[in-house]
Amino acid sequence: MITTAAEARKNAPFWVRWLLPADAPLYQRGDAIAGWLMALPALLILTIFLIIPFLMAFVISFTNQRLISPNPAEWVGLRNFERLLTIRSFTLEPERDENGALVYDDDGGIAYPRLRAFTRDNPDYPELDGLREFTSWQAGENRAVILAGDVVFLRALINTFIFAAVIAPLQGGCALLLALLLNQALPYINVFRSIYFAPVVVSMVVVSLLWRFIYDGNNGLLNTILDMLTFGNFQPVDWLGNPYTAMPAMIAMSAWQAVGFHMVIWLAGLQTIPASLYEAAGLDGAGAWQKFRYVTWPGLRNTAVLVLIVITIQAMGLFVQVDVMTRGGPLDATQSVVYQAVQRGYDKQDIAEGSAISVVLFIIVFVIAMVQRYLTRERR
Amino acid sequence: MQTMSFETRQKLIISLRYALLILISAIFIFPIVFMVMSSLKPDLQLLRDSGSLRAFLPVGDISLDNYADAFERVPMLQFAFNSVFTTVVAVGASLLLNSMAAFSFAFLKWRGKAILLSLIIATFIVPFEVIAIPLLLVVNNLPWIGGGGIEIGWLNSYHVQIVPFIADSLGIFLFYQYFRDLPDELVEAARIDGASVWQIYARIIMPIAGPILATVAILKFLGMWNAYLWPLMTIRSEELRPIMVGLQYFFQLNTAWGEIMAYLSIVTIPVLIFYLALQRAFIESIATSGIKG
Repeated sequence: MITTAAEARKNAPFWVRWLLPADAPLYQRGDAIAGWLMALPALLILTIFLIIPFLMAFVISFTNQRLISPNPAEWVGLRNFERLLTIRSFTLEPERDENGALVYDDDGGIAYPRLRAFTRDNPDYPELDGLREFTSWQAGENRAVILAGDVVFLRALINTFIFAAVIAPLQGGCALLLALLLNQALPYINVFRSIYFAPVVVSMVVVSLLWRFIYDGNNGLLNTILDMLTFGNFQPVDWLGNPYTAMPAMIAMSAWQAVGFHMVIWLAGLQTIPASLYEAAGLDGAGAWQKFRYVTWPGLRNTAVLVLIVITIQAMGLFVQVDVMTRGGPLDATQSVVYQAVQRGYDKQDIAEGSAISVVLFIIVFVIAMVQRYLTRERR
Repeated sequence: MQTMSFETRQKLIISLRYALLILISAIFIFPIVFMVMSSLKPDLQLLRDSGSLRAFLPVGDISLDNYADAFERVPMLQFAFNSVFTTVVAVGASLLLNSMAAFSFAFLKWRGKAILLSLIIATFIVPFEVIAIPLLLVVNNLPWIGGGGIEIGWLNSYHVQIVPFIADSLGIFLFYQYFRDLPDELVEAARIDGASVWQIYARIIMPIAGPILATVAILKFLGMWNAYLWPLMTIRSEELRPIMVGLQYFFQLNTAWGEIMAYLSIVTIPVLIFYLALQRAFIESIATSGIKG
């Protein structure tokens, strides 16, 4: 008796009908089971250790969950996010005497009421309750104050953005220069490629500890080198101990470690540009700069977006350097978002707040990734 | 004055380029040379030498004393064993799990794989830092069958350092990409010969997957050997600590620089040797991970 494929399928056991796609021939029904079995271990691991924690980050950030707690977690709505992200400006008006004249303090400065009078249980200013001063400046007679719900987190967020905004063009640009230098078939050129790439395989923990010595204020290598180059006219700087130099020092070191990585990505991009384009440009009398401007750079557009986005996303994860070199100091000058997430989620065991910070981080990374999608979309 | 001939100018430009290349090399090499050289010197000489070029030369009172001291200060062999053990197990397991899943995605027909594959690719944009904190809560509540029966909580163990990392979406994707580019006839011919899918996986596909096995192994090796944040959060006892976290002992020691340099050298030199031996594979592997962005 001859049966059609459709009939045979109808008579097949239920698992075949469930697991085998409609367009697959019935003799491949072994695939349905084996396929699932082979993928299952990896899928299970990814589900438990990646997808569930990822979804949990969102759920937990709306609770007051702690790592170990006798009480069950409670829903707190958006409270964690409100505390992290609240920023308000406020104007302090000077104190005046009965005649309306300004009052001066002992140092001759204009006297202001204490900020606390507004931010602690003041029924007239409920929106300022619990906020702290982030920064302030003089505005005429008044003092303009920026208040934040979480001063340290706001500092960490700004620092991380600065870190990313500086390191992306710096590291990406240096990587491109190195790639251009190496993009020529000369003897031993690969030796140099390997040397420039070497720090990439060295752990960031090692690099950070090593550079702590290089940046040391007393005997650091950097100070002695600068001292030699300026014939003794250089005042030693405690690079990591000074709030103004700590972040730049960290940026320079991070770029040193990772520049080889992006150099290789640029090189791959450079190799996709056909040599015939350069020959044609040469025949038209283009010089080196014109060749770069009109042949190389347009050919690297997608690579450029990729490099900048990858560096930016990696920069948002800034943690090891901070943990090893400065622990967020001096004066919170090197606080970072991930360092704060770990401080709260792990050191203080406040999983909820750590998760809320993680969610904020993910949203930032997601937006950056979407920008890349948009910039490299296929033009039609 | 006569203008230079084309050849002379070309040679000059090339020499200048090499000079520049060598100069830049110094920036990348010197910190590493400084680390290794300093590890051989007593602290006082180390500090004195950092004021001159001697910092980069093996001169003066050279010995392995710092290494001996570092071994004495911390249980180095235990740390090294922990790192090697967790790395080797994770690399081995990840090659098996990722390649199996990718084989299934690339060659087998089953319902639901298209949507699962796109889900896996979508997880690329989740950085580990985002899930680290909730993952801590997950592993703290997972059961494990140990010597004393079923225990709850994975903190402070070998498996908490290994199991979460034995499958990863990038690994699956890299294998999948490689398999997809293989000719379909390989698998179809084997099927006609009556081979089972497990035989096709083990006898036909895996033997020709060498390059991609190397790529995934190198990426996993670096990730595991250099792991810091996760073991920092999950490991409390010394006997289980990996070598990178062991470095913490030296964070607050601002005097014993020679010992620190010795420890850094011990941690770094194996990786550098590995790298020098397999440069091309290392560079290509890490570059392919760049596509993840």
